[in-house]
Amino acid sequence: MSQTVSEPSGFEIHIRPNQSWLGIDLHALWEFRDLLTLLVRRDFVARYQQTALGPAWAIVQPLIMTLVFTVVFGNFAGIPTDGLPPLLFYLCGLLAWNYHAQTLQQTGVTFTANASLFSKVYFPRLIVPFSVALSNLISLLIQVAMFALFWCYFKFFTTAGAHFGATAGALLLPLVVLQVAAISLASGLFISSCTAKYRDLQYVLPLIVQVWLYLTPVIYPLSKVPARWQWLVALNPMAPVVEMSRYLLLGRGEIHFGQYFYSAVISAVLLVAGVMIFQRTERTFIDTV
Amino acid sequence: MRPIIELHGISKKYRLGQIGSTTIRDSVERAWHRIRGLNGQRKVPRGDFWALRDVSFTIQPAEIVGIIGQNGAGKSTLLKILSRITEPTCGSALLRGRAASLLEVGTGFHPDLSGRDNIFLNGAMLGMRTREIREKFDEIVAFAEVEDFIDTPVKRYSSGMYVRLAFAVAAHLEPEILLVDEVLAVGDAAFQKKCLGKMGDVARQGRTVLLVSHNMASILALCGRVLLLKAGVLLRNGPTQEVVREYLKSTSSQEIVTLDQRQDRNGDGSVRMTSFGMESVDSGHLIHSTSRMRFSVAYKSDRPLKHMRFLITIYDYTNTGIYLFDSDAVGGIPEVLPPAGAVSCTTDPINLTPGRCYINLALFRGTALADHIEQAATFDVEPDEFYRTGRVPPRDWVLCLLKHQWSYDENAQ
Repeated sequence: MSQTVSEPSGFEIHIRPNQSWLGIDLHALWEFRDLLTLLVRRDFVARYQQTALGPAWAIVQPLIMTLVFTVVFGNFAGIPTDGLPPLLFYLCGLLAWNYHAQTLQQTGVTFTANASLFSKVYFPRLIVPFSVALSNLISLLIQVAMFALFWCYFKFFTTAGAHFGATAGALLLPLVVLQVAAISLASGLFISSCTAKYRDLQYVLPLIVQVWLYLTPVIYPLSKVPARWQWLVALNPMAPVVEMSRYLLLGRGEIHFGQYFYSAVISAVLLVAGVMIFQRTERTFIDTV
Repeated sequence: MRPIIELHGISKKYRLGQIGSTTIRDSVERAWHRIRGLNGQRKVPRGDFWALRDVSFTIQPAEIVGIIGQNGAGKSTLLKILSRITEPTCGSALLRGRAASLLEVGTGFHPDLSGRDNIFLNGAMLGMRTREIREKFDEIVAFAEVEDFIDTPVKRYSSGMYVRLAFAVAAHLEPEILLVDEVLAVGDAAFQKKCLGKMGDVARQGRTVLLVSHNMASILALCGRVLLLKAGVLLRNGPTQEVVREYLKSTSSQEIVTLDQRQDRNGDGSVRMTSFGMESVDSGHLIHSTSRMRFSVAYKSDRPLKHMRFLITIYDYTNTGIYLFDSDAVGGIPEVLPPAGAVSCTTDPINLTPGRCYINLALFRGTALADHIEQAATFDVEPDEFYRTGRVPPRDWVLCLLKHQWSYDENAQ
């Protein structure tokens, strides 16, 4: 035979039904790591394609929200901001919250938005939500830089500067970001797995995000939550995270270690469970679209 | 040598009525009906549909194997399972090597990204590493003939350029196993030829290819072995020539369209057309540019019929009429016809460019319109060697083909 047969790579793919719930296919994810970076790039490039401001939108949106919060909740409603300049208070809370809201809304429609793609080509579907989580980190980074500018202004050029300051723990911020990413991804994975079969949830998703915002101390400090509602806020894993980011960057906030520990454990558990459900769904999802 | 692909009893079941979107309401309603014992009163058809049933075979490294069968035989489902887009209901498969599937060209192309970005993105989706793509980048661009537009967003590409670029990426995949579904039928004739050539190269490089196609010409040209599927069952597994011949013999050459259920019809209803059949007189079930066609119309009435006039119109997707076959203009239908029966009409070579055609049917009793059905049937004209150069103009340009000669006039100045 004159044909050259390619060397067997020792690579084997087993295909069989109803593989167990457990087992995350890390090998396949690693094989497609280049796709992950390319998707992050695509998300970022395509998002600001044909916009005049480009990536500046990452700043404009939280700024406008901050202004609205300052006027509506700060001035009209008179909700206190823990003695912090309202602008810094809201902006800081929005750092973690915006990342969460965006990631959740984008990953929550993973299956429905990519149905035609998923029906034509196989790659580990987890790559898609992970790429969203990563590309949103870029926006977060831009927002953190903007926050740093405001922080410096208030610290060094206003009288309020004496009343706040970053703690050394600010170096732990990447861990907090990691936790937010885990919570957002986990909930996104859950919701997208559910919407694969029931489209209904897709319409409820913006509502979920809206309600979740009010359950999270973004527009109010945790210290102002009435005692009888504390339990509700305590259930929300996002609450201690937002409060923690404020504590680390501005030195104000109520940190209950028990709550924080609960949030960290819940985030990890949810993420693992979300990945499992997602992988479970991806195997036959295409039969139901 | 150990087989590179092994299938053991692969089956795939779809639940009827579950295909399509489900809402929570549907599920609740179904559960409610089940509780109340109202089984079967739902509009949703119940029952299971086996797209594949107990399919087993093995493929050796460097084999090119074709999968053929009629629509709904399970060919695409099989490729989807092997590509891991969906999983089997039972059975198992083992692929010993990196597999890439090509079920569509241009999967995942993003309109806002440049040709360059899309090459990388699409390549990565198909399982290529960035390093591999970088090595082949120039080759891909040259193959697609889009050098000048490589940094232009693909949404500005012509459809031809888009398809060429998409195929070029796929053609430069180098997995050990390549699963291909009918993507060869893209682009103009010249590009198709190039694609076929590329597939041949892939084979010579010792890679294993599984190819689903309706195009017997490419199956015969490329494959050493063919699997024939019928209603989800592996019917035959053997040498290409033999299996293709058996397949063509087994498929009824005439396509019958039943018209009983059609409600969108005009006319006084005194006679009804019940079915319409069409076939290529010369080349079995495929209709080519040079095919002569035979149409048949079955009709039914409650009385003997006099002065019947049958009309068959062929037109294209823009609703432009191409041919009208009028039994009154040609003759051949007896003056008196029985209450039920069929008439047929045979044509000369149709000389149409490759593409889809639509058929209107009309039936007159005397001067009264008795029955009229628009878009009663459609058929596809497949390309063939009309001019013996492999080049025929596409349907977007012209409808018809006409044999002609060119020469240089020595005497003209």
